[in-house]
Amino acid sequence: MGNVLKIILQRLALGLLTLLIVSIVIFVAVNLLPGDFAQSILGQGATPEAVASIRADLGLDQPPVTRYFQWLGGVLQGDLGTSFAQANFASFTGTDSGATTVAQQIAPRFANTMFLAMVTAAIAVPFSIMLGVLAALYRNTVFDRATNIFTLSSISSPEFFLAYILILFLAVLNPIFPSLSNIFEGMAFSERLEKSMLPALTLTLVVTAHMMRMTRAAIINLLASPYIEMARLKGLSPMRVIVKHALPNALAPIINVIALNLAYLITGVVVVEVVFVYPGIGQLFVDSVKIRDIPVVQACCLIFATAFILLNLTADIMSILSNPRLRHPK
Amino acid sequence: MTDQPLVKMRDVWLEGRSDEVWNPIINGVDLTLKRGEVLGLIGESGAGKSTLGLAAMGYTRDGVRISKGSVEFDGIDLLTASAAVKRELLGKRIAYVAQSAAASFNPAHKLMDQHVEGPVQHGVMGRGESEADGIELYRKLRLPNPDEIGFRYPHQVSGGQLQRCMTAMAMSCRPDLIIFDEPTTALDVTTQIEVLASIRDIVEQFDTAAIYITHDLAVVAQMADTIKVLLKGDEVETADTRTMLAAPTQEYTKSLWAVRSFERPLKPAVQTGAVPVVSVQNVDASYGTVPVLHDVSFDMHEGRTVAVVGESGSGKSTTARCITGLLPPKAGQILVDGQVMPADYRKRNKDQLRQVQMIYQMADTALNPRMSIGQIIARPVQFYLGLTGAEKRKKVDDLLEQIELEPTQYYHRLPSELSGGQKQRIGIARALAAEPKFIICDEVTSALDQLVAEGILRLLARLQDELSLSYMFITHDLATVRAIADEVVVMKDGRVVEQGPKDDMFRPPHHAYTDLLLSSVPEMDPDWLTNLLNERGVDNIGDAAVDKM
Repeated sequence: MGNVLKIILQRLALGLLTLLIVSIVIFVAVNLLPGDFAQSILGQGATPEAVASIRADLGLDQPPVTRYFQWLGGVLQGDLGTSFAQANFASFTGTDSGATTVAQQIAPRFANTMFLAMVTAAIAVPFSIMLGVLAALYRNTVFDRATNIFTLSSISSPEFFLAYILILFLAVLNPIFPSLSNIFEGMAFSERLEKSMLPALTLTLVVTAHMMRMTRAAIINLLASPYIEMARLKGLSPMRVIVKHALPNALAPIINVIALNLAYLITGVVVVEVVFVYPGIGQLFVDSVKIRDIPVVQACCLIFATAFILLNLTADIMSILSNPRLRHPK
Repeated sequence: MTDQPLVKMRDVWLEGRSDEVWNPIINGVDLTLKRGEVLGLIGESGAGKSTLGLAAMGYTRDGVRISKGSVEFDGIDLLTASAAVKRELLGKRIAYVAQSAAASFNPAHKLMDQHVEGPVQHGVMGRGESEADGIELYRKLRLPNPDEIGFRYPHQVSGGQLQRCMTAMAMSCRPDLIIFDEPTTALDVTTQIEVLASIRDIVEQFDTAAIYITHDLAVVAQMADTIKVLLKGDEVETADTRTMLAAPTQEYTKSLWAVRSFERPLKPAVQTGAVPVVSVQNVDASYGTVPVLHDVSFDMHEGRTVAVVGESGSGKSTTARCITGLLPPKAGQILVDGQVMPADYRKRNKDQLRQVQMIYQMADTALNPRMSIGQIIARPVQFYLGLTGAEKRKKVDDLLEQIELEPTQYYHRLPSELSGGQKQRIGIARALAAEPKFIICDEVTSALDQLVAEGILRLLARLQDELSLSYMFITHDLATVRAIADEVVVMKDGRVVEQGPKDDMFRPPHHAYTDLLLSSVPEMDPDWLTNLLNERGVDNIGDAAVDKM
C-alpha cells in the first residue's frame, strides 16, 4: 500500500505543476485576445481618457508580468479576483449586489454544472458499461451491430441536434420533461432533477459511445486469455465469464475513458446549456469572453483545468487499485 | 455398464482456420478411455495434442472446428449436445488443468474464490463446504499452509504451487475425467517432481480418468497407463506404457526414444596455465537494490563448452548479462583473453563487442519480423567486419551454408516463413557473423522439440570444432548438459555451488544441490518416480528438499 500512496503523492505534485503551467498559458492566451474590457464596455464612443481611466481603475495599465503574479498570488490565497463587469455595475449604480467577487459569481454556476454532470454520469456510466458488456457477450450479432450504430450515430450528431430531437419527442410530442432547464437556488431536489433530465439525456447520448465501445473492446481483448478459457472450461455461463472473469481485468482502460468523458461533462457542455437555458458555468464562460471580463475567464479556465487534472488523477488511482498485484504485493 | 468406456472418440478430424483456409490439425484419430485410466498423449509441438485433448471435452478454441467424427462422454454425444448440456458437464464431470497455471488463474480473484466457483455454480456443494473441501485437497496435494494458501491472489503463489492449486480446482467437483495439458512443462525439475507426485496420487485416490498431454517421454512414462503417440495430426501408435517403452514398433517412436543418445566425445583436460577466453572473476550484481549474483567466478577456455545449469532465478542469465556488459557488475570483473573488459557495453569498442556474441532462447522474438533473413545476417557483417556489396553478400551466403540452409532459398525469406529450428539457426548465423571467439547460448534449445533441438546441438558442436569457438551454454536441462558440455557450473540463488569437468559432475559425490538436481530429472523407467519418492521419503521432495539446504 505504501507504494500506492507514493504514486498518488507523485501524481498530485505533477498535477500542481501542470496547473501552474496551465495558469501561465491561460494568462498569456487571455491577454492575447484582441481588445480589452475598457474598450468593449465603452463601445464606439470611447474617448482615450475614459478608456485610460477604466484601465487604471482595473489595474490593466500594469505590465503583464506584474498582473500575472498579482493574480496568481490572489488565487493561491483563494481570491479569484473581482469581476470587471460586476465591479463596474456596482460602481455605476451605487448598489452592492454582494456578488462582486469572481468566486461568488462562479460558485452557484459551477454547482449547477456539477449537478448536471453528476446526474448525467449516474445515468451514462452504468448504461454504457451495461451496453458494452452486452455487446461483448453478443458480439458480432444484430444486437452488437445495432448498439454500435446507435451509439456511433449519436456521438457523430451535433449536440444541439440531439437536444432538439429529444425536445421534440420528450417535451413537445410527449410532454414528459420540461424543455427549459431554468433551475434556480432553493429549488426542490426532485424538481431540479426533472428540469435537468433533458440536458442530462442529451449529454448521455454524447458520452455513451466512447465508454461503451471501450468496455466492449477491453472485454473482447481479454477473451482469448487462458484464464477466460479456463472459466469456460469450468462450465460457467457466458454472462458470468464476462462479468466475473473478464470485466475486473478490463477495468483500467474503461476507467480512463470514463474520466475523460466526465471531464468533458464539466468543461464542454456550453452548447447543451445554451439550448436548454441551463445556468451552468459554460454560459458564464462564453459571456465573459465576449465582454473580455478577464478575471472570470481566467477563473473558469483554471477550474476546467483542475477538473481535468483531478479526474485523471482519480482515474489513475482507481486503475492502480483495480490491479490486485498493486493492492496486494507479494 | 462398467464396461462402457468413459470417453469414446471415433475417427475425429479437426481443422484450424488461417487466412480463410481450413487446414487439417487432426486426421481421423480414435481414442478410448476407460474409467480410472490414465492415457498419455505425446508428440512434438504442432502434433495436435492439445487440440485433441480439448476436443475430448467437446471444446474447440476459436478458429478450430471438428469437421468429422464423434466424441462421446459417458454415452453423451458431445458434438450434438446443446451448450447448456455441455456446460453442465464441464467443470462438474470433465475438468481441465492448463499448461501455465500463472496465466490460467484469473489475476483478479483469490484462489479459493476460483476454486469454489465450479462446485457452487454447478450446485454440487455450498460455498462453506466447498471451501473446507478445498483446504482438504490442498493438504492432500501437500501444499504448504493449506489453511491459508487459498486466500491469496495468484501472483502471490509460486508456479509449482499454483499448478497444484489448479489440480485441486479441477478436483473440486470430483470429475470423472481430467485433461492435463502439459501441466509441468513450465516448471523447474525439482518442482516438477512434486507436482507429478501430487497429480499421480490424487488421480489414483479418486479413481479419476485422465488424459495427460506432454512432449516429455520420461514424464509420460511415470504418469500414464497407456501411451498414444501423435505425429502431425496422425496417430503413430498406441500401447500400454511398459510395452511402448520396451518395444516401440514404429520408426518415429523409436527416433523419439533415441534422441537422448547424442553425446560429444570427451575432450582432453585444459592445460594448466592456458589463458581462458573469458574469465568471470568475483562478480556481484544486482537489479536495483536486489542483489542477484554473489561472488561468481569461472573460466571458459578456447574450443570448449561450459554449461551453466540451475533453476529459474538462480542467476544464469544475469551472469550472461554481466559478461555482455548489459548489466554492469557491482563488483568483480570480466576478462576476455586476459584483458579486463569495460563493465558497461557502451564503453566497449567495436572489437571488444565483436568478441562476445549471444544466441537467445526465443528465436521468435529475437529476430526482427520485418527484416529478411539476408538483412538480419548482413547487419552484423557490415557493422563488425565493414564488408559491403558483393563481399557482404558472399559472407552472408557462406554463413547460411554454415548453418545448413540453402542461401538462394532462404536469403529473401522473412522470419515468419521459417520453422522454430530454422529461426534458431538464423540466430546462430547472426552470432557467427561477428566472427566471435565466444558465444553465449541462453537456453537455445528449450523452446524446441527434441528432434529439432538435437539438430541444433549437433550444429553447434560442429561449428565449435571447425572454428574453435567457446560456448557458455545456459540451460536447465541436464540431458542437454550431458550431450554438449565439457565443464559444468551449477548455480543456485546467485552463487556457484559446484563446478568442474562434466564427468566429475555426473559422478558422485556431489554437492547436495547438484545431487537433488540430477536425481530430479525424469528417466524413462516407469518406476522411476515411485522409487525416487521412496528414496527421498514423502516429506522430502522438491521444494521441501530445496528449503533444507
